[in-house]
Amino acid sequence: MSIATTRTRIVRPLVVRRRGLLTRHPRITLAALLLGTLAGLAIFAPFITEYDPMTLAVTQRLRPPSAAHWFGTDAYGRDTFSRTIYGGRISMQIGVSVAAMSVLIGVVVGMLGGAIRWLDPIVMRISDGLMSIPAILLAIALMSLTKASVATVIIAITIPEVPRVIRLVRSLVLTIREQTYMQAAIASGTRLPRLMLRHILPNVLTPLIVQATYICASAVLLEAYLGFLGAGTPTEVPSWGNIIAENRTFVQLATWNVMFPGVFLALMVLGVNMLGDGVRDLLDPRLAGRIGK
Amino acid sequence: MLRIVLRRLGATIPVMLVVAVVVFLMLHLSAGDPAAIIAGDNATEEDIALLRKSLGLDRPLAEQFVQWIWQLAQGDLGVSIFNRVPVATMIAQRMEPTIALTVLTMTLAVSLAVPLGVLAAWRVGTWVDHTIMALAVAAFSCPVFLIGYALVQQFARTWKVLPVQGYTPLSEGLVPFLLHLALPAISLGLIYTALLARMTRSTMLEVLGEDYIRTARAKGLGVRQVLLQHGLRNAAVPIVTTIGLGIALLIGGVVVAESVFAIPGIGRLTVEALQQRDYPVIQGVILVSSLAYVLVNLLIDLSYLLLDPRIRY
Repeated sequence: MSIATTRTRIVRPLVVRRRGLLTRHPRITLAALLLGTLAGLAIFAPFITEYDPMTLAVTQRLRPPSAAHWFGTDAYGRDTFSRTIYGGRISMQIGVSVAAMSVLIGVVVGMLGGAIRWLDPIVMRISDGLMSIPAILLAIALMSLTKASVATVIIAITIPEVPRVIRLVRSLVLTIREQTYMQAAIASGTRLPRLMLRHILPNVLTPLIVQATYICASAVLLEAYLGFLGAGTPTEVPSWGNIIAENRTFVQLATWNVMFPGVFLALMVLGVNMLGDGVRDLLDPRLAGRIGK
Repeated sequence: MLRIVLRRLGATIPVMLVVAVVVFLMLHLSAGDPAAIIAGDNATEEDIALLRKSLGLDRPLAEQFVQWIWQLAQGDLGVSIFNRVPVATMIAQRMEPTIALTVLTMTLAVSLAVPLGVLAAWRVGTWVDHTIMALAVAAFSCPVFLIGYALVQQFARTWKVLPVQGYTPLSEGLVPFLLHLALPAISLGLIYTALLARMTRSTMLEVLGEDYIRTARAKGLGVRQVLLQHGLRNAAVPIVTTIGLGIALLIGGVVVAESVFAIPGIGRLTVEALQQRDYPVIQGVILVSSLAYVLVNLLIDLSYLLLDPRIRY
């Protein structure tokens, strides 16, 4: 494969090569398009819609979708399209932060557990215990004890995700530990920190990137569930879960207020999941069975 | 056999102990004063001081923990702050709908997912495989409430064939019981089917690559025999493991589905407790659901003995 790509690079112009990449990985392309659109809408929301997501307009209550209000309005007359695209900001922020934080903590703890023998059983027992608590219940419990904010939601979703990363990292480290290059490194007197950074970490990165995308998808979903149940970000924040929770009572009267943010949520999760699958198959097809949902 | 069961049961103790420590520490290390949290938002300074003394919150943490664990071991989950009813009683009253929904969803999902996963693995790389897997990714990316509200709109409001929400206990007849659970079980079941079908496919793919499958094909066995007796039989253990691990996720889905369909189960109880900041109830729900998860997975561990005669504990 590498020879073929090198040759195409020399002979053909860049554009053709890029098109080849896109058609060869339609799933990644589709996911990137989907996520790019959603991210674009969220980031440039103030330029896309003239409506403020928070401004009340009592005379405009519960209007169905129209040219003026693409996704209709909610019970306070707020524009649902505006609230939906602003809601993407919260979801993106939470998805990315949770993925980054849980991977970071999971890698450090998982590598230490895999490398230091006496620490391993302790780390594993704690992970087993945490994993036996349904993530949503653990997050609800944490949220019931703290003041609701975007930061506390991120922490409440990260804690249940960490043990999953720890388990993955540890299982990889246990395999790597038995490789000949590890024995060679140990025999030549490499110290533990260097062993971990230079010999173990590069080998766990690929599966971790894939795992991070899956965590991102499940965090976006979990954040919406928490908002829906009233355990999420403060109610004045227009997150998708909050929007749906507020409009539940009017769902029969005004379906659009629940369906549009719901579909946006599903599309974002779908995009991230597809990206994860695509990257997994691209980086290492053998991983297919090992990680994933 | 009894010795195996007892030994496995013993192995669940450390897991449950960790759960207990986590739940205990969460309350005691959280930013607030546990007495103030337990007393609720309207309590005065004196109420809190009194409560702190009566709950023993002024004693050392380790002593409190030991006492609490001792109570737990006797089945005492504490008392609700809101209505002073024992948490164990509250949970027992709300158990039926949750168990019913979980079992129904699980049955639905397993009976759909395993055939779909096997089919996708058998037809790997074809449009059948691609379609099943694309639908699976789409289904498990959908939030429960989106599928739930869409189904309600169609089946309950437009066609009026199923109830919009609510729950009828099994004691009031099987038909109304099933009718009320149909939509929540289908909503959750779709998501769970998608997850299991994916795992079934990847496990089957691994097994179908084995030499003994080629041997079976070579000696002229039919497709059905190869797939089911040689393929699925060997894939059974990992598939069943995934089903067990997925239960934690399923319980999470049930919590949300109960809110969508106004089912008075454990999930609703948790949400009500959250609104009232009734931490002992949330704590009790966590302990009970983790115990359920651990015990179901214990049963699954033991089922390996039946599924795979090579396994001995």
